[in-house]
Amino acid sequence: MRDVAARRGAIMRNPAFWGVIAIAALLAINVIKDPSYLSIGYNGETGRLSGNLVDILRAAAPILMIAVGMCLVVATSGIDLSVGSIMVVAGAVSMELLSGMDGSTGNAALTLAVALGIATALGAVNGILVSVVGLQPFISTLVMMLAGRGIAKVITGGQNTTADNDSFAWLANGYVAGIPVVFLLAMAIVALVWLLVRRSALGLMLEAIGMDSRASRLAGVKRRNLQLTVYSVSGLLAGVAGVFATASVMTVDVSRTGYQLELDAILAVVIGGTSLAGGKFSIGGAVIGGLLIATLDKTVVFLGIPASATPAFKAIVIVVLCLLQSERVRSLFRHRRALRAQSQKEAVAA
Amino acid sequence: MTGAPPIVEMTGISISFPGVKALDAVDFRLFPGEVHTLMGENGAGKSTLIKALTGVYKIDEGQILVAGVERRFGGTADAQAAGIATVYQEVNLCANLSIGENVMLGHEVRGPFGINWKATHRAAAGVLATLGLEQLDLRRPLATLSLAIQQLVAISRAMVTEPKVLILDEPTSSLDANEVANLFTVIRKLRDQGVAILFVTHFLDQVYAISDRITVLRNGGFVGEYPTRELDRTTLISKMIGKDFATLRSLGSERQTHHYEPRGEPLLKAEDLGRKGSSEPTDLELHQGEVLGLAGLLGSGRTELARLLYGADRPDSGTVWLRGKKTDIHNPTAALSHRIAFSSENRRDEGIIRDLTVRENLVLAVQAKRGWFRPLSRKEQDALTRKYLAELNVRPADPERPIKFLSGGNQQKVLLGRWLATEPDLLILDEPTRGIDVGAKAEIQAAVAALAAKGVAVVFISSELEEVVRLSDRIIVMKDHRKLAELENGPHVTAETIVAVIADEGDDEEGDSE
Repeated sequence: MRDVAARRGAIMRNPAFWGVIAIAALLAINVIKDPSYLSIGYNGETGRLSGNLVDILRAAAPILMIAVGMCLVVATSGIDLSVGSIMVVAGAVSMELLSGMDGSTGNAALTLAVALGIATALGAVNGILVSVVGLQPFISTLVMMLAGRGIAKVITGGQNTTADNDSFAWLANGYVAGIPVVFLLAMAIVALVWLLVRRSALGLMLEAIGMDSRASRLAGVKRRNLQLTVYSVSGLLAGVAGVFATASVMTVDVSRTGYQLELDAILAVVIGGTSLAGGKFSIGGAVIGGLLIATLDKTVVFLGIPASATPAFKAIVIVVLCLLQSERVRSLFRHRRALRAQSQKEAVAA
Repeated sequence: MTGAPPIVEMTGISISFPGVKALDAVDFRLFPGEVHTLMGENGAGKSTLIKALTGVYKIDEGQILVAGVERRFGGTADAQAAGIATVYQEVNLCANLSIGENVMLGHEVRGPFGINWKATHRAAAGVLATLGLEQLDLRRPLATLSLAIQQLVAISRAMVTEPKVLILDEPTSSLDANEVANLFTVIRKLRDQGVAILFVTHFLDQVYAISDRITVLRNGGFVGEYPTRELDRTTLISKMIGKDFATLRSLGSERQTHHYEPRGEPLLKAEDLGRKGSSEPTDLELHQGEVLGLAGLLGSGRTELARLLYGADRPDSGTVWLRGKKTDIHNPTAALSHRIAFSSENRRDEGIIRDLTVRENLVLAVQAKRGWFRPLSRKEQDALTRKYLAELNVRPADPERPIKFLSGGNQQKVLLGRWLATEPDLLILDEPTRGIDVGAKAEIQAAVAALAAKGVAVVFISSELEEVVRLSDRIIVMKDHRKLAELENGPHVTAETIVAVIADEGDDEEGDSE
């Protein structure tokens, strides 16, 4: 009996649990509005699954990428505000290259390599500013956030460049075994990153830096290299997100692609239970956080909430979630419940 | 003293935390005008008893009488209002406020237009003067003062409310001998004014220097209350640890009779090793299997020299030869790869990583040395952890517990394990026994002796000269960031010898002590 209670307490203390609850609650609201919301269609001819859930998974892919990258950066007690801008740079590079080439698969691969290479390089610049120069992560990546969108505009000459390449578009719009390729790719990359940090000692080293950088330096942990790695990985993943986001429409919108997505990424990380102070991090939590953000975005549209009220709606959902995650708020509720139970008992006794 | 009634009388105090009885029927009395020391190992219940008195913890059983009236305080502020002030081990002041503001924080003198700063500063000056600190400039930021003076300012702050009872929880753990003497002058002054002082410390010398009576606790239980002059050291220690003292004592004497004659090429040789502003150029030789003690007062440059050897700070002059080869040790990673390990004196900020588990803390340096892409398997980690937890007798021996929940002594043992796991040829220990209890101290000393016997070169730094003398083969005495003398240890060398070396030098320069 006590064992069950203890286990339940442990689950409730896990922030990601509340993320799952929030996703379920949002889906439930949508089902109330339209009972067929969750139904998944199967098109026998194309072999594709379709439906709102599939849409959510597809939309979640870019957010998952930047959330996972952000998660690693935050673990070292840093922050990467430039992911949205690196997304648009990767998108601009891809569209600009593809628009000048024929639509062969080889060109798509070449474009992908160049775009991701540039994104990684921008991430590495962040890393150098933070680890070698010693600037604060907030400032370094803020600079990159402003510069990145400028670079994207220079690349496209200020235009929203459009291109044609079926192989490239397949990355975002294709299906394998009925499931969107983009989601499968995202999950594969998440799994790869998870294996990289948890099956090597990288995770422990990142946490050590984030918790106590002086102590870990004396223990021989190479902070400089690790920070460089982490910001580069974050840049690379933002590049992937940028490819996903532009390939789906084969257009880069230099002022809107990736715009303010760094905030979504930070929220996803926090919802997943990783403290912005650094230290212990949870990639699984960041994934749940990313899925929640995607669900929230789709719900806002589905419920027909006016565009001007969207930020407020999002804010309310997130504040409620953070309150539920807070140990202090929960213990307040427990306390009140106990008081009420006691006063009832006393009333019965009297 | 016997005539006056006690100002504080606690009887049968019991406190339980989930799963533990933290205090079990403890009695404690405190008379006006006495210094009463509370003794016990880490975890014996000293802090818990203090917190029971000041109302931070609620007591489950027992009675607290203050000036003959039964009281239950709701917290430190409540206790302070009743004349019981507390100064904690870590200085709880605001580094960026001025000295005067710190002293008067919360007790500012108010006039019709808000705070009257002139009167406030006058009051602060008055309090500081009673503690012999009248020379301090009230408007200087606190951060410009040494830790010792900050400690005195913290006491001044407690004295603002003119308490009848002053609780000092390990006020001396970061002070050197001179500063302790200053603090004791102040404590005696207050005692003579009739203030009852409750003193907690780990340093036996200080207990005998200052206290009138001693109450001993062990494992949350009450062992006894004794007048200091009727309780000799051996008895006191055996009462604290509850077992025979002979085993502890045999260890040290053994080490001193064994004197290691260095042979052949030194493991490490440094010439003119120094860094501007922190360490004058110093020559140094270290042989395998030898313990080199660095002695000197706090701030004499012991730590700075050790940090240069490890590359924690980058030397800007000098050459180091390691195993006969010229070597550049410019950062900790390089040092570790050359099999040099360094345990910092600052256990909290530069040693443990609070939120990691015991296992993670222990394997961190080995893992960092291997690089993150060559992880230790969980099996290897567990084996390493098990080995060192057992070897160093860490309690609780639970590898998955966050290290912050261990006592200071056990944290220190885990750290020692961390460095031993890297299999160093040269181990630098900076104050490895500071602030930990007698039992853990003896175990760490034994581990150092065993390491030297196995051929590891050890640099041992401690403020406790007796400890340095007991463990070292050779002692370097430091002062003002330079090497003063190098002593071959032997039966003729005692703590007094070292003090004499430091003092002789001081006479030439016109010492600033009183």
